[in-house]
Amino acid sequence: MTTQTQSQPEKRLSDMPDEHGHFGQYGGIFVPETLMEPLNELKQAYIHYLQDPEFIAELDNDLSNYVGRPSPLYFAERWSRELGGAKIYLKREDLNHTGAHKVNNTVGQMLLAKRMGKTRIIAETGAGQHGVATATVAARLGLECVVYMGAEDIQRQALNVYRMKLLGAHVISVESGSRTLKDALNEAMRDWVTNIDNTFYIIGTAAGPHPYPAMVRDFQAIIGREAKEQIMTHEGRLPDALVACIGGGSNAIGLFYPFVDDMEVSIYGVEAAGHGLETGEHAAPLCAGKPGVLHGNRTYLMEDRHGQIIPTHSVSAGLDYPGVGPEHSWLKDIGRANYVAVTDEEALKGFHDLTLTEGIMPALESSHAIAYVTKLAPTMDKDQIIIMNLSGRGDKDIHTVATIAGIEF
Amino acid sequence: MSRIKGCFAQLKKENKKALIPYVAAGDPNPEITLDLMHSMVESGADIIELGVPFSDPMADGPVIQKASERALIYGTSLTDVLGIIKSFRETNNDTPVVLMGYLNPIEVMGYETFAQAANEAGVDGVLTVDIPPEEAADYIPVLKAAELDPIFLLSPTTTKERMALICKYASGFIYYVAVKGVTGTSALDTTEVANRLDIIKQVTDLPVGVGFGIKNAETAAAIGAVAEAVVVGSALVNLVEQNAHALSNAEGNKKIITEISKVLLSMRTALDA
Repeated sequence: MTTQTQSQPEKRLSDMPDEHGHFGQYGGIFVPETLMEPLNELKQAYIHYLQDPEFIAELDNDLSNYVGRPSPLYFAERWSRELGGAKIYLKREDLNHTGAHKVNNTVGQMLLAKRMGKTRIIAETGAGQHGVATATVAARLGLECVVYMGAEDIQRQALNVYRMKLLGAHVISVESGSRTLKDALNEAMRDWVTNIDNTFYIIGTAAGPHPYPAMVRDFQAIIGREAKEQIMTHEGRLPDALVACIGGGSNAIGLFYPFVDDMEVSIYGVEAAGHGLETGEHAAPLCAGKPGVLHGNRTYLMEDRHGQIIPTHSVSAGLDYPGVGPEHSWLKDIGRANYVAVTDEEALKGFHDLTLTEGIMPALESSHAIAYVTKLAPTMDKDQIIIMNLSGRGDKDIHTVATIAGIEF
Repeated sequence: MSRIKGCFAQLKKENKKALIPYVAAGDPNPEITLDLMHSMVESGADIIELGVPFSDPMADGPVIQKASERALIYGTSLTDVLGIIKSFRETNNDTPVVLMGYLNPIEVMGYETFAQAANEAGVDGVLTVDIPPEEAADYIPVLKAAELDPIFLLSPTTTKERMALICKYASGFIYYVAVKGVTGTSALDTTEVANRLDIIKQVTDLPVGVGFGIKNAETAAAIGAVAEAVVVGSALVNLVEQNAHALSNAEGNKKIITEISKVLLSMRTALDA
């Protein structure tokens, strides 16, 4: 996106993707012809406005005064002590307006939509966090907002469905396919193909056709940029490891991206192992899938031997997705990032651990990162540092957690 | 000469337009497809477009989505579809067959393996909905080497520059998507289509087929007046859906074949009038 200066002939990892949206063999644009021109227009707008000082000033203002940034980088002292290893810092994205990192991206894309003169906003959502974050910014601008959500997820996340409705969004139940996030994405794409003249599609994760993976990353990279500055203030040095959960991977790439060229920083992305990788009932394409093409990009997928996308499982609706952002696929293949998976059970334990030791109730998505930190931290020295992205708060999941514990309200 | 090229040359000589029905292979069960293909030829089809079922058909409206879902209940795979075409070729060596589907099943099989198998089965053209020419540098040459025509879509949003780019890679025919939207959308504006076809004709000599939104004999005739070919999909697949839950597969299949024949015959008559 930025022009290379001559003094910098070497290609850095952060220079990706190329102008066609490729991260190595991943990413790209795999869409029906009708979407090619709208994607091109979007790419032009994104490239233009991300270098426009007025746009950046408006974005910064919204992030400070509406979202509540910067989010704190909190030293989880008691939890670190209990695990007996590295010092753990939590990047508190759960404290953002609407309770998750998703709003960083919707604020940015909404400003683009406004600049492009679009009057109708559509989005897909899994757990409902992205749907809520989209409905929120649409309400603020008084734009029509339609959110596609799998029928299955609508049942699991009734609270977020109601929140979206309160915000004036029209939530459409998607009954096709597996009735989850992937099908909501298909349906939103179909809407976009049909209504391209007035409609802006706000994709919530760092996946989809170019420029979405790069654009969502750039809007989420505020997480990593702040974290980098904050850890320098707290500790005077870079962390030894970064940990974040991965569904599509937007909170993870937001934290990782500003550190990818800092080779001394280890990177861990945590996928949902569901009932266990060996059972096949999981949502861990990077750990147990194969490269393929879905939703406009080439990336790791969960598919059968005939190339059909297979159903996923995770206790966390936000991770229940058979694909992953293409940049993660590339970071995996070049060995820059490590991708691991934790089970539903481990994530639930992580939820309770953090709630009890730090008084912070995490989202079930983020609880996957917590579960991995409980394994990683004890293997590290006491003077080493982990930054974990606490991507969202757990209020929305209390019903799920209670149901698993056999409690009825 | 490829079957598709030969087909259009012959039609041109007879001053006729091509009727191209689309059905999803294996919908509503694998038994129907071979018989349906033969019956469509008897009812006036010039080229058959066979859908390869995919779990996530992003460009398709509800009618064809459900067709994919019905076919996938029986696990109809790309390999199965090629098997059906092989059987079709045992008694029909003339009617071109075009596969329409999504890239992932082809990626999983491997471009080379797929192209080889498709050629051996008697496939003539391949329309891969979700791979634009920009991403197809490794793909198009493999298809062409196996004598398969890569069929590409043009849409109302395609700029003239892109049309030229796409037509450079395409062979067989060009498929013009008549509406902004998914398959099965209504509200087709024939004047607008005619205007777009004029522009397409400035960049290519390939025959142009028009699809997405052709419902009946009237729209078929109106499109046939301005394009070389008319593609009809959802209107036929609707008939599958309406009869898919008949008492038995055998009875349902018979009914579906009869109903689809009727519609094709009426379109054939209207196109030839």
